[in-house]
Amino acid sequence: MHGKCGLFFESYRAEAAVFQTGFQRTCLGLFVALLLVCPLVLDSYLVSVLNLMCIAVIGAVSLNLLTGVCGQISLGHGAFIGVGAYAAAQATLHGVPFLAALLLGGGAAALVGMFFGVPSLRLKGIYLAIATLAAQLILEYVFLHWESVTGGSRGLMVDPPQLFGFAFDNERKMFYLLLAVAACALMVVTNVMRTRHGRAFVSIRDFYLSAEIAGVNLFGYKLAAFGLSSFLAGVAGGLWAHYTMFISAEQFNITLSISYLAMIIIGGLGSVVGSVMGAVFMTLLPEVLTASTRSLTGIFPDIGSQLVALREGVFGLVLMLFLIFEPEGLANRWRLIKAYWKLYPFAH
Amino acid sequence: MTQIKTMATKTTPLLEVKGVTLTFKGIAALTDVGFSVEKGRIVSLIGPNGAGKTSILNCISGRYTPDSGEIYLDGQDMLRLPAHKRTGLGLSRTFQNIALFKGLSVLDNLMVGRHHLIHYGLLSSILYHGRAVADEAAHRRRVEDVIDFLGLSPYRHQAAGHLPYGVQKRVELGRALAAEPKLILLDEPMAGMNLEETEDMARYILDICEEWGATVLLIEHDMGVVMDISDKIVVLDFGSVLAQGRPDEISANQDVIAAYLGTEDATFIGR
Ligand SMILES: Nc1ncnc2c1ncn2[C@@H]1O[C@H](COP(=O)(O)OP(=O)(O)OP(=O)(O)O)[C@@H](O)[C@H]1O
Ligand SMILES: [Mg+2]
Repeated sequence: MHGKCGLFFESYRAEAAVFQTGFQRTCLGLFVALLLVCPLVLDSYLVSVLNLMCIAVIGAVSLNLLTGVCGQISLGHGAFIGVGAYAAAQATLHGVPFLAALLLGGGAAALVGMFFGVPSLRLKGIYLAIATLAAQLILEYVFLHWESVTGGSRGLMVDPPQLFGFAFDNERKMFYLLLAVAACALMVVTNVMRTRHGRAFVSIRDFYLSAEIAGVNLFGYKLAAFGLSSFLAGVAGGLWAHYTMFISAEQFNITLSISYLAMIIIGGLGSVVGSVMGAVFMTLLPEVLTASTRSLTGIFPDIGSQLVALREGVFGLVLMLFLIFEPEGLANRWRLIKAYWKLYPFAH
Repeated sequence: MTQIKTMATKTTPLLEVKGVTLTFKGIAALTDVGFSVEKGRIVSLIGPNGAGKTSILNCISGRYTPDSGEIYLDGQDMLRLPAHKRTGLGLSRTFQNIALFKGLSVLDNLMVGRHHLIHYGLLSSILYHGRAVADEAAHRRRVEDVIDFLGLSPYRHQAAGHLPYGVQKRVELGRALAAEPKLILLDEPMAGMNLEETEDMARYILDICEEWGATVLLIEHDMGVVMDISDKIVVLDFGSVLAQGRPDEISANQDVIAAYLGTEDATFIGR
């Protein structure tokens, strides 16, 4: 119960800490400990779902930095992830060590992202969405037709990641690697958001005229947001390539971009916690729907095929209901619940 | 105050606006506007709605580029610089309509105001290490001074978008002040305020000039305030300067009386 009804700080530094109270830190510690034992007790299918979540978390938090924090909408995020995937895959195929390949993938995606971010100087909102959609389509075309690099429609085989001679060749081992990188990505975005660069991003989103008056170079910071966001997206892509060990152009199509947008909208625009929640939700939802159609098919075998068709509809419906009833995102709901319990039983 | 300003009328101007002309699609918004703002003074720009007051501020801050004319701040040619670089020369401003960063706390709004003074790199941000940590604390301390001065302490951690109107106006002043400007441009800081808030704001403006050492260029419709606190008044009408001088000169000026003060506009509290 410590620190609940009065929180005082003795330095600005203590106040700037991400987790301010011992209680929060304990909760986080328990949560991490729980995550770490997960692969030991869950079966390998469930661990694979966790792995997909970790990758989705990186992709979502990176898009949230660009769209939620800096206000620059992007429909090209899926393709930027693809650039990272192909670049990292090619790097390891050419004998570059895995970690360096991951960074190269990030770097390649950052360059491409910044290039396609240039129109953001002039374009806002729906117009920027169209410009980034063009980026998505151009890159899809490149993925499909630059066969010497991407393998074209045949795709590209990739080896599992190796770190200092240790091969991450099963779901369990992969989990620890993916979790570590996801944690780093979350830390990076959290740190950026509490320093001058993150504030500049938000200032561009909220009132670019005032941002300019405060000395924020709009173009420079928009490009930085595209670069940083795409870098992390590229890292997610590199992980994806080495985790699934096979990549092909259709994995990085517009559907991927849209599902990442859905994640950050459902989770909460501009929120790191929201990115995590959105990624978890969007990864879990299809799995839950698949599992429930499977069990329902067991009970009513005759309507099995209809149920599968229904699944897609339910997926869309759940998303729509979410947008209607939780327009501020899951992170906001989470905040309200916490605020309620903080004052319990004296809430009014 | 009247004695002080008559004593030193010949100081070097901090801001010089010379022959500024601005047109929008052939329609003149400003015609050959010229005036100067002396260091350490409060200079007011007045004039009826649509006279071009905000337009001249926009030319100074870099939002608009005049068709011709020159603008110097401390001897530096402002028109050669993009808007975001003018801040570094000691310029900051507030807007006629509230232009805060709604999603940021009051504290962070003010920290953005100091953006041009904070220099650590992206890597330091990403790692939250080294200079980032030290600089954040140091600048936070300066921002706290502004918060204390403007009585914003109770709102420190609240999102700016949820605050009452009068407080938001103060936060905007705070953001401009946090930049440690030599010249601060205020576009109707008292618009929409009640009497008490207006008096507080007038006090803040005087203190900004006297204690914080900033020079003020003020646009305001409230004639009482303008006459009280200004060292000099520039009257704009239909995009050109009708008259400029000390408040007593302006209130005695026949042109001004005819064009502006004599009408109902004289007591009109602007939007
Ligand atoms: N961006 C713009 N595009 C076209 N015309 C403009 C623009 N900005 C200002 N104007 C015109 O320039 C003239 C001066 O406008 P300005 O906003 O500078 O007036 P103001 O003196 O600030 O008025 P108010 O007291 O209402 O704020 C007006 O006629 C206005 O319509
Ligand atoms: Mg105006």
